[in-house]
Amino acid sequence: MKKILPLILIAALALSPFLGINTYLLHVLIIAVMWTVIGMAWNLLGGYCGQVSFGHAAFFGVGAYTSGILYSKLGLSAWWGLPLSVIVVTLFALVIGYICLRLRGPYFALGTLAMGVILRVSAENLTGLTEGNLGIMIRERTWVDKTWYLYIILVLAVLTYLLLKKVIESKLGYYFVAIREDQDAAESLGIDTTYYKTIALCLSAILTGLAGAFYTNYMGYIDPKVVFALHDISIVTIMVVMVGGVATFWGPVIGAAIMVIMAEAIRSIPKLGAAHHTFFGVLLIVIIIFLPNGIVGDIPKLKRWFGIGKNP
Amino acid sequence: MMTLLEIKGVSRFFGGLAALTDISFQVGQGQILGLIGPNGAGKTTLFNVINGFYAPSRGEISFKGEKISGLKPHRVCALGIARTFQVVKPLQRMSVLDNVIASAFLRARNKAQAEEIATEVLDFTGLQDDRDLLSKGLPLGKRKRLEMARALATGPEMILLDESFAGLNPTEQNECMSIIRKIQGKGITIMIIEHHMQVIMSISEKIVVLNYGQKIAEGSPEEIRNNPLVIEAYLGEPQGA
Amino acid sequence: MTSVQLEVLLQTLISGIFLGGLYALLGIGMTLIMGVMKIINLAHGELMMVGMYIAYVLFSVFHIDPYLSIFIAAPALFLLGVLLQKYLINPVLKVDSILPENQVILTVGIGMVLANLATIIFTSDYRSTPVSYATNACYLSDLWKKSPLELCVSIPWSVSFFFAVAITAGLWFFLTKTDMGKSIRATAQDNDAALLMGVNVEKMRIFTFGLGSALVGAAGCLFIPIYYLYPDLGGQFTLIAFVITILGGLGSTVGAIVGGLILGVFESLTATYIGMGWAPVGRFIIFIAALIFIPGGIVSLIKSRRLS
Repeated sequence: MKKILPLILIAALALSPFLGINTYLLHVLIIAVMWTVIGMAWNLLGGYCGQVSFGHAAFFGVGAYTSGILYSKLGLSAWWGLPLSVIVVTLFALVIGYICLRLRGPYFALGTLAMGVILRVSAENLTGLTEGNLGIMIRERTWVDKTWYLYIILVLAVLTYLLLKKVIESKLGYYFVAIREDQDAAESLGIDTTYYKTIALCLSAILTGLAGAFYTNYMGYIDPKVVFALHDISIVTIMVVMVGGVATFWGPVIGAAIMVIMAEAIRSIPKLGAAHHTFFGVLLIVIIIFLPNGIVGDIPKLKRWFGIGKNP
Repeated sequence: MMTLLEIKGVSRFFGGLAALTDISFQVGQGQILGLIGPNGAGKTTLFNVINGFYAPSRGEISFKGEKISGLKPHRVCALGIARTFQVVKPLQRMSVLDNVIASAFLRARNKAQAEEIATEVLDFTGLQDDRDLLSKGLPLGKRKRLEMARALATGPEMILLDESFAGLNPTEQNECMSIIRKIQGKGITIMIIEHHMQVIMSISEKIVVLNYGQKIAEGSPEEIRNNPLVIEAYLGEPQGA
Repeated sequence: MTSVQLEVLLQTLISGIFLGGLYALLGIGMTLIMGVMKIINLAHGELMMVGMYIAYVLFSVFHIDPYLSIFIAAPALFLLGVLLQKYLINPVLKVDSILPENQVILTVGIGMVLANLATIIFTSDYRSTPVSYATNACYLSDLWKKSPLELCVSIPWSVSFFFAVAITAGLWFFLTKTDMGKSIRATAQDNDAALLMGVNVEKMRIFTFGLGSALVGAAGCLFIPIYYLYPDLGGQFTLIAFVITILGGLGSTVGAIVGGLILGVFESLTATYIGMGWAPVGRFIIFIAALIFIPGGIVSLIKSRRLS
């Protein structure tokens, strides 16, 4: 049963355009699936390898701008951004990793936060390259109908999931968790922690960057305040994983679904519209205090509260 | 006997504090060498320098004739020196088996082989029944054995044991002793820090004594037992011969 | 150097020192919290924002001078800090979870709520407290008739700086001479030893968070006569506080003062000689450079000089 569930989910998502759901809901689905990609990517670095990044917007934005700049400066189709972002994002990840991975724990968090902000400020000021705060607009939309976009992001999500599964169950996975649990012990066991943390960072960055490149093509407009956003990208990424379940396979999926639905629900209530950050903040606080390992991670706890499950 | 590890004139300073001053000695292949000294003498610091966590401020360390001082810990481990920690460091949210598989990957070519090595090591250290338990739930005695198991899974030629007996009851101590003898039986060289005098005296072939970061004596257990400097270091005043 | 160039340089340095003094106050609050409780408070800037809004309301509604608001804002922020620490942060510290950075993330959540509530209540319009002496300035030539150079200091800046120094001095006295202050420093240096000495570590931590919050609230009152206020300004000040804390050295009040002054002067120099928009970038460069090259902060450099 457990094995079929994911397939059913994917099939349902794939068929949804034909089930008569409206374009708005389709949009919500696409964004939700995109966030599962970003969440899974962050989870690899943060949940499994223990390096909590507060600056994933850096990679999202670099991926997004790779697509955008290819279009606005070179006149190429923004879709070329997807394959090219892999290279560009890796370069950025190597630099960011070089600066930040030597930092432990909360300092790594701060370092990556600073990186995200630096990239935003740079994108705002290097107007020759990025058009600054005017942003980049893609005038010719590839498809008007959202169906193909859904399929592309769905494929990306499935590939991300499979890649993650393979990595976690391999030597890399063991090494990542060893580094998370005790970096000094890991070093003494022959694990080159700097090298492996860099791999985790690069993988995480590349996947996030692909999501960013997709975003440019899907939305058709990007600017620094949106794609390099601290609260709306970096922090939401952390929330997606924390709400759903750190270091679990399904956590980011559930987390993404909840966060996106919540965001849209709040936005649609006229009085509460501006307050969505308050809700996010409160949700974050509640999760941290009561369900620190997220919904999937703390299933035993949830079962106890709701009185389900075996009684001792 | 061939010299496996050579420590030459090693000093280590932290700011103005000299944790180690001009330490020199050799460890022969297949030997069990005991490292003793009062608390704060610098024993664990010496391990940290050998292991690569600190580079020596002065002096050099060579292993199998090659200089290893200044190399990072993972390189030192790959070259054949494994260590355990005084305050044990289990990979808490991993099972006992996974802890050892993670170490075994150093020499294994794939996961199946790593699992094979891990199983073998768990049998060797008597932890096979606990393989699926989360390491953070283990009692102290088993955690210390897990430290040793992990170190062994890296296929070392030399192992540094830091107070493996501390906090163990007599039964556990005997078990630990027999494991150490088994390790020696496999040809692995052992350097062991211990406070339990009986243990050290009975298993060491050679003993090095540190006090205030300096080497004050080196010799067989018999020689060390009667060395007035050593007695003074531990008891604080000269004892009549 | 011509006298004009010298004037510009001196003026820039003076502005930098004034700014640095205010920054130092920001930094001290954060370094105390980080040193004593090992907590990274990413809501630091938002707490200052709360202090500024309190001063704004007191000014607009009751016409109370912002400098006097310190006496209301600081205790209010103290209370807020104590409540946050007791009911939100402490529980999190006790929870066992995979990611140890939960506490940092918690403060992010708190910051988000505070900033968003401010937006809802006050909207994102820029606010200010236009005091009567806002544009007054004091000229060197007024005091020293024959001075070769003309220097000018704005009154609000001077008063703010003066108060910042006074508060810092008061804090210094508190930390070094009073029992409570010494208990705090003991807790910062060694939690367990302090516990053994009979210090109520739990109480100390709550008090320290309150104290740190009060300091930042006071800093807010000192900033509002000079800066524009809007709900999202917390973020940049949190970052400033961090740069100072890292630069100066964790837990060190002296470090925060030195770090604050250095940052203030650096930003002032950057603004004058390179351009206003580049100040944030300069901040980050210092931040990263400090993280990489001087991980222990300036204080560690001073200490190691002394020992060797």
